[in-house]
Amino acid sequence: MGNELQFAGYGLIVLSVSIVMCAIRLRKGPTLADRVLALDLMATIIMGIFALYALKSGEKVYVDVVIVLALIAFTSTVVYARHIERDAARVGGLDDEDEIK
Amino acid sequence: MMWVTIISASCGVLFTLLASIGLLRMPDVYLRSQTSTLAPTFGKIGVMIALAAHFGESDVTAKAVLTILFLFITAPIAAHLILRAAYRDRAPLAPVTVLDDYKSNS
Repeated sequence: MGNELQFAGYGLIVLSVSIVMCAIRLRKGPTLADRVLALDLMATIIMGIFALYALKSGEKVYVDVVIVLALIAFTSTVVYARHIERDAARVGGLDDEDEIK
Repeated sequence: MMWVTIISASCGVLFTLLASIGLLRMPDVYLRSQTSTLAPTFGKIGVMIALAAHFGESDVTAKAVLTILFLFITAPIAAHLILRAAYRDRAPLAPVTVLDDYKSNS
């Protein structure tokens, strides 16, 4: 039991390091899509952090937080993608007429 | 049961770490989405199996399976939408790119 708790602590440290890497990409990403990808990965890492915290603390409530965070991350990514696409169509990128299905 | 938890959770954590390393080091937005979508989706299986094995109760297992299914449905959709938007926004391709099928079609 104590072994598991110690392991969850190490996992939380590793996930914190990877969230810092995402923050670096969020800071210097050349395009807006890079930043959206970094935010999406950050949400996924936070889901992992909540899952490991559920392991560490023994509370089942945090599993619900993981599900809700998955829903919110997907919705926000879709909305950002729509926003980028509409913005690109306005300033002269490709749009639906340029595709051949 | 304890070793199942430790091994699968460490697989999940390592895949998440590899995903963020790939997000930091890949040269292109398209390649970055490759690592940042595939690897943590796979890593979440490990973490959720660890949760199910640690608690060993039916409601936690059901929620873990539900989360895995939801991630497997939504992660490719989100990556596809972001990459289509990036391509239409004329995000530059890496110099190592050898094939651009989408361009030759349009």
